[in-house]
Amino acid sequence: MRERTMSTNYQLKRADFIFKNENDWEEVLSKSISRPPQELINELISSELKGRGGAGFPTGLKWKVSSEVKSDVKYVICNADEGEPGTFKDREILSMVPFKVLTAIAICGYVIGAKEGFIYLRGEYNFLKPELLKAINEFEYYCKEIKLDFSIKIFMGSGAYICGEETALFESMEGKRGEPRNKPPYPTLSGYMGKPTVINNVETLAHTYTIFKYGSKRFYDLGVQYSRGSKLFSVSGDTPKPGIYELELGMSLSDFVEEFGDDDTKAVQVGGASGFLVPRKRFSETNIGFQGKLVGISLPTGGSMMLFNSSRSMYNVLDNYLNFFAEESCGQCTPCRVGCQQLLKGIKAVKRGEKNAQYLDKMLKLAETMQVTAKCGLGQSVGNSFSSIVENFREEMIY
Amino acid sequence: MGKNLKITINGATVEVEKGASILEAARQAGVIIPTLCYHKDLCVSGNCRVCVVELAGQKRLSPACATPCEEGMEVLTNSLKVRNSRKHIIELLLSEHNADCTSCYKNGKCELQSLASEYKIMNQDFINLIPYHNYTIDMFSPSIIKDDSKCIRCQRCVRTCAELQGVNALTMSYKGEHAKITTFFEKAMNDVVCTNCGQCINHCPTGALVEKNYIEEVWNAIADKTKHVVVQTAPAVRVGLGEELGFDPGERVTGKMVTALKRLGFDAVMDTDFTADLTIMEEGTELLTRLKKAIVDKDPNIKLPMATSCSPGWIKFIEHMYPEYLGNLSTCKSPQQMFGALVKTYYAKARNLDPANIISVSIMPCTAKKFEANRPEMHDSGYRDVDFVLTTRELAIMIKQAGIDFLKLEDSHYDRLMGESTGAGVIFGATGGVMEAALRTAYELVTGREVPFENLNINPVRGIEGIREATIKIENTLKEWSFLEGVELKCAIAHGLANAKIVMDEVKSGKANYHFIEFMACPGGCLGGGGQPLPTSPEIRARRAKAIYAEDAGMPLRKSHLNPEVVKIYKDFLVAPCGEMSHKLLHTKYTPRKRR
Repeated sequence: MRERTMSTNYQLKRADFIFKNENDWEEVLSKSISRPPQELINELISSELKGRGGAGFPTGLKWKVSSEVKSDVKYVICNADEGEPGTFKDREILSMVPFKVLTAIAICGYVIGAKEGFIYLRGEYNFLKPELLKAINEFEYYCKEIKLDFSIKIFMGSGAYICGEETALFESMEGKRGEPRNKPPYPTLSGYMGKPTVINNVETLAHTYTIFKYGSKRFYDLGVQYSRGSKLFSVSGDTPKPGIYELELGMSLSDFVEEFGDDDTKAVQVGGASGFLVPRKRFSETNIGFQGKLVGISLPTGGSMMLFNSSRSMYNVLDNYLNFFAEESCGQCTPCRVGCQQLLKGIKAVKRGEKNAQYLDKMLKLAETMQVTAKCGLGQSVGNSFSSIVENFREEMIY
Repeated sequence: MGKNLKITINGATVEVEKGASILEAARQAGVIIPTLCYHKDLCVSGNCRVCVVELAGQKRLSPACATPCEEGMEVLTNSLKVRNSRKHIIELLLSEHNADCTSCYKNGKCELQSLASEYKIMNQDFINLIPYHNYTIDMFSPSIIKDDSKCIRCQRCVRTCAELQGVNALTMSYKGEHAKITTFFEKAMNDVVCTNCGQCINHCPTGALVEKNYIEEVWNAIADKTKHVVVQTAPAVRVGLGEELGFDPGERVTGKMVTALKRLGFDAVMDTDFTADLTIMEEGTELLTRLKKAIVDKDPNIKLPMATSCSPGWIKFIEHMYPEYLGNLSTCKSPQQMFGALVKTYYAKARNLDPANIISVSIMPCTAKKFEANRPEMHDSGYRDVDFVLTTRELAIMIKQAGIDFLKLEDSHYDRLMGESTGAGVIFGATGGVMEAALRTAYELVTGREVPFENLNINPVRGIEGIREATIKIENTLKEWSFLEGVELKCAIAHGLANAKIVMDEVKSGKANYHFIEFMACPGGCLGGGGQPLPTSPEIRARRAKAIYAEDAGMPLRKSHLNPEVVKIYKDFLVAPCGEMSHKLLHTKYTPRKRR
């Protein structure tokens, strides 16, 4: 097959894997655990699946590293603390196809040598718990039947955004305050309870189900170089058709806006509050996928796509994001705790004329410092939305 | 120790042990990387980000304190990117810090202030965040003042209270912009499980946690001609005070300190070491009495092991955490409180003074002593036994205020009656010291011979390990102590309340079968107390300990029972150890407290 590359000629391609064909989970599970772990890892590696939570770490590599660590106890954790503003796909996966996720957790356990799996469920998703528990019951019953020693528990989050950060999530599960840890060590070596842990996003696990069921080629054939496979997108904002869509990676943002926009799209926030704002003039050069060596800008995303039309004030949008971050920072490290407050109070001061427009440049520098010095992904990514909004809509910040 | 990693720091190759952090490697190579949340006594947190460095090939900077060295790593500690980021971070910290430096108690001693000065933060134009927060100053504790507006959330106090002390009085709460250090349910500091040990003060880089000072009150008392102001100095003060006044850590300044106190205008300068010796007489007698009642009389009401009671931080700790073990505490007051009770009775009578006109001041390495002096039961003289407690740091401030050139002072001696001491009293200042002093006297009392250690140095009880054990076999006893013949006296020593907790849990579980345990709230004992000069570190404490033992070794008398003034007070006033008068003035009772 000819290599497809990212280009503006590439058309939006829908895919339909995630929400389909859950009924054969027993077969997928029993067949998978009859294969050698190494084979499953290779399958994942050749699929080139990357984490769907937003960071895009190669999933196969994560499993491989954890499988090679020697430890009596290991864990698999499904990160369902879906807190990124504008993201609502994991909720849908867990309510529509929970068995896919449970199966993937168990297969991961088999591959790395873990006997326990957890689903860290966002506090606000408490309503999913009863159905999920029923599914777990049925699932564990089947595991016993096929003599697979594996159990899955649900751990309820309490509503802090930061607990979606993997090491803060471990702290939270251990009963401590949800604060990110220093890395290294990474979770694959020392995660929950200091044990080797694979932690994957809900959607990532659901994709591994597809890969184990159909083989890696089926997945690899979707998308483009460096950004293989399909991905769920949570489409919201000024769009006539908000909702969840499974699309192949690598699409150009102009194609996306063509499909989902309201003919007046001024900008798209890719990747939620911690992502980037792309203004209209950059739609055609922006692709949705992981950074590669190809032309144009590639934006990775956890799947949140927020469209804004000309009725929106980008100042208000940024103010809203910064309020969110100032509140949801864990408050541990200086650049994030104080930086968020400075950015928030700073744009207000500029808007009110208490600081002159050049103060925006000082804040852009501060945002850079936050990107390179903050302890975790939260503080590091506040600068993404701040800089992309201030740079592209500077006049809206001032007047 | 195998050195097995090579990295470069600013181009120069450094060989380090595997597992060393970049910060440790840099210090080894003589490269200074500024830190704030890092403290040698505590676990690494990596939250302030002041120590960020650049690693070749990486876009993001790394915290030097929390990043382990890897072979071939190329570290830049002073690149433009590092400098700019570091400056930004200091500016950010200043923007949330109530920088009223000139009126701050920590002025000149603040780590944030010195960083700001080093990096010349001249035109700080970030928005001042102080008005956006509703800060209050907690002044309710008699020992500690907590001012949240000066807090930079480095969590050194939180880690201190949890790791060193196992108390957890302070914790991080709320998140994001509201994140702050609070007590349980944000109650006042006097209303929570806090031992007043002051270790949080010793580890706070700014003025957010400071001792409640009584400097002005003492100046006023000195100036009042109708008052006779007596001062006592604790053992550990003499090996710490110098650090505040131009000496290196570990310098003994006993004689200069006495001169300085006399120049400040105190009417009498006497020594807590005297009551330390007295404590040994009382506590040693109490221990032997308990052993006799337990072994000979088989009295089931006798509580063993007996625990020391000199450290008021430890006392409040056990009152909160193990109230069912209060019967195991020696009933002896701490040397400070014994001194206080005697000043307004024995001393007043001997000097023909009205105790109502005596003001009793003590200089302590400790903030918990401020709370102790404030206890309602400490009025056995008929007056408040100790009126004001100053820390070593406060005394240094007074000496500076008085314009005394400390380095040039000649030595002088303590005043008579309660100023004489032995080496045994001095070593109360170091962990294991009370144990050693007690053994020197008790062993001799029972056997008629000196403890079987060279130069009376009982090395097994000395050291820095958090928990130490020693067993001393008692043989060839005098006739009246024959019931102790062959008994192996099992002793334990714990310093730092986290270690006290471990020992107490062992006692509780029945695993430990000690006879006598020395507990000190602070790491290193009193010499590492919450009122000692800043900074503190394991090295500084080790130097102070060395000085304490040197002081002991240089004393003509090394055993408490030989202190002539101790002999005299029993002859003239107290009659006998643990006698009626002792019980009235030198012993106390304890209060069970809740755990929250």
